[in-house]
Amino acid sequence: MSELKQELKEKIIEQLNLEDVSVDEIANDDPLFGEGLGLDSIDALELIVMLDKDYGIRLADPKEGRKIFESIDTMAAYIAANRTN
Amino acid sequence: MKPVYINSIGSVSAQKTFDNKEFLNEIRDYNDTVIHVIDPNYKEYIPPAAARRMARGIKMSTVSSKNALTEAGIENVDAIIVGTGLGCIGDSERFVSDIIKNDEQFLTPTRFIQSSHNTVAGQIALGLGCKGHNFTFVHSAVSFESSLIDAKMMLQNNEADTVLVGGVDELVEHHVTTHRLIGHIKKEPVTSKDLLQSKTEGMVMGEGSHFFVLSNKKSNSCYAQLLAVKTFNTLAKDQVQQKIIALLEKQEMTIKDIDLVILGNNGDVNYDDYYEQLSASLLKNTSQAYYKHLSGEYDTATGFAFWLANKILKTQNIPESVQLNTVEPSKLQTILVYNQYRGENHSLTLIQKC
Repeated sequence: MSELKQELKEKIIEQLNLEDVSVDEIANDDPLFGEGLGLDSIDALELIVMLDKDYGIRLADPKEGRKIFESIDTMAAYIAANRTN
Repeated sequence: MKPVYINSIGSVSAQKTFDNKEFLNEIRDYNDTVIHVIDPNYKEYIPPAAARRMARGIKMSTVSSKNALTEAGIENVDAIIVGTGLGCIGDSERFVSDIIKNDEQFLTPTRFIQSSHNTVAGQIALGLGCKGHNFTFVHSAVSFESSLIDAKMMLQNNEADTVLVGGVDELVEHHVTTHRLIGHIKKEPVTSKDLLQSKTEGMVMGEGSHFFVLSNKKSNSCYAQLLAVKTFNTLAKDQVQQKIIALLEKQEMTIKDIDLVILGNNGDVNYDDYYEQLSASLLKNTSQAYYKHLSGEYDTATGFAFWLANKILKTQNIPESVQLNTVEPSKLQTILVYNQYRGENHSLTLIQKC
């Protein structure tokens, strides 16, 4: 699980062009949206595409994303339970 | 009709033009077939959270438009008008590549958002909170002039008091590759100083972003008055002279009233004779300047020429690096800019010291 969390942090930084953020600066329980990492609705769409492309998880209801993308912890737990590749 | 003043300028180019206090004090010489802009420190202008999603063209334009607004001493405008040959072509390329690579699946929003030509005008408007007229003109080498014409008409007819007008184009890999394939880029590198003597086919490709605040009210920062802009899709070589004379006649001027002509020579042996024949005839006794050895060639390179013309009028100095002949002007009051690209999309722009 810790490897997956590390991988997610790297992917988020790369995919969302967070040039000034390093992996070490993202705590596993930091909120990704709002006050934490400050991601927005366009980033949410990028993350939904990332789940589909990299882990074979297609979100039927985009509203699910609100809980899944709360933090690295919640993302990793959801991916571990639902990944198809 | 109201007069149109150029109240401020902002530029990002292959020279250090982003600092309005300087005027080609140090020339960056190149020996290449493609030249990129000298990047300002974007972090000084754009918050990191906003910059991370911006294409190069948007970053360049954010800097040049901010510099123009700051110099004009205003925070917003009535209209934003941008000319661009290819818009944010980098993201367009990546978006289309992703479609192919991922078999039409997994398309992400950011590149799609920026893959339209009007992204720059839209992003500037969002940044300023400007809900006024927002237009993008895409018309090859007269894209910038098309924007100028729109702004000029709006200001003359009192439809706006201040307009932010700009031209922007960015260099990206695939675009360069295709232009090499069709032979529009020079095969061999050429030094900036030798560009016009290269006598080879094609151009040295460049990029840049140039923005100006135009107004029907003259400000303390005013550079010049915009007298006339005219574009022609096609012109035979022997028609250019007539068109210049006709444009000047409409302003009740003759060629003797022109103190400096800025020409768009780009070193392409097949098309520079449009300029050379003028240099040797109508403009023989007129001071001449050129600039594409400093900026490179791109659809909105005339934005650099417009920047140069305004700077010359304000500083009353023609930098040695742009002088094309040895005719010394007795004064620097009126400047004509003439450009064409591969024999098409000709433009004439006339400005006068204010």
